[in-house]
Amino acid sequence: MSFVNRLGAIALDQFRGWGHAAFFFLDLLRAVPASMRRFGLVVAQVYAIGNRSLIIIMASGLAVGFVLALQMYYALVTYGAAESLGLIVNLALVRELGPVVTGLLFAGRAGTSLTAEIGLMKAGEQIAAMELMAIDPKARVLAPRLIGGIVSMPILAILFSAVGIMGAYVVAVLLIGVDAGNFWSIMQTRVDVFRDVGNGLVKATVFGIICTVVALYQGFETEATPEGVAYATTRTVVISSLWVLGMDFVLTALMFSTP
Amino acid sequence: MGKKSIETLVGLFVLLGMGGLVFLALKAANLGSLGGSDAYTVQARFDNIGGLKPRAPVRAAGVTVGRVKSISLDAKTFQGVVTLDIDKGYAFPKDTSAKILTAGLLGDQYIGLEPGGDDKNLVAGETIAQTQSAVVLESLIGQFLTGRGDAAAAPAAGASEASK
Repeated sequence: MSFVNRLGAIALDQFRGWGHAAFFFLDLLRAVPASMRRFGLVVAQVYAIGNRSLIIIMASGLAVGFVLALQMYYALVTYGAAESLGLIVNLALVRELGPVVTGLLFAGRAGTSLTAEIGLMKAGEQIAAMELMAIDPKARVLAPRLIGGIVSMPILAILFSAVGIMGAYVVAVLLIGVDAGNFWSIMQTRVDVFRDVGNGLVKATVFGIICTVVALYQGFETEATPEGVAYATTRTVVISSLWVLGMDFVLTALMFSTP
Repeated sequence: MGKKSIETLVGLFVLLGMGGLVFLALKAANLGSLGGSDAYTVQARFDNIGGLKPRAPVRAAGVTVGRVKSISLDAKTFQGVVTLDIDKGYAFPKDTSAKILTAGLLGDQYIGLEPGGDDKNLVAGETIAQTQSAVVLESLIGQFLTGRGDAAAAPAAGASEASK
């Protein structure tokens, strides 16, 4: 019986947490117009979140492009379909791997830094000090980071896909010897800019919102101790990653179910 | 880091993102072939459109001259009505025939136009009179099976005639 009790308690706790996070998100949205008036803050956050993630995103994109091209080539050449290599790498990157892998890396790189920053501000009582001075911490500190995350994530996902395709070109055409003309022309006829690239962008935006809101919430609600901050950063990465993977399945089923 | 340099770097970041999007849209997707405002519309009716989809190419002599705009069913004659957008640079005679062909053996289907010999050309809004429907693989196999049955029966009847 105590197992069922515990299960019920855990479930209720989860729902309470989701509800609290949803209200937190609404508060942040309400604070967005006020923070947009201080645009310098938003720009500084886009720099901290977006620019600082460029190296890892583009390196990962390049590596994923290389490896995809190599592996797909060995699979396709047995069926004589090596010309479709560009198409397959493109669709895999633009529809799925771009948004999802960028989301996971974003959660790990930018999410943890956001959580740690907000958590340490809370632990150092800076948030409380702001509230005492009648400065809304959500408008001054949190909403610019939300906007920064939502703006940076789609850009990073696009760069991941673009660099991945270029990496696949290098491996497929320059190293293996697949025909360059076919590589690009089959891609250009079969990849739809609204259905594939556009839906990938929508996914990336949704993942950006998820990762940023989770990171900010975990930082804001953390215990004001070093262990609390460490635990909060772990929870950010785990929760963001699970949500990204779950939402990816839901969005893929919604977007790509009919041919 | 000075405020100005942060703004510059963020601006570059956003520009890089937009450049990546333009690259993806133009070089890695079909945005380049979407523009087609200088095209005229004609219709064609088929008994069976097979696997034809909107935005399938319309080709004459293998060269793409237009796209399929939309496909619908005529509720009265139960024929498939296909609306084609043909580039204004190409004019076809009024007795052009339209066939639904397959690229390769199992590839995507497209519309092939074969020009006739009429002096007058097709005008926007007209209907192509001669059409040939898509080949349905199952009916073809069915014909082949029954055809073999007839062919096997005929020489057997001929042999029995000769032996009499």
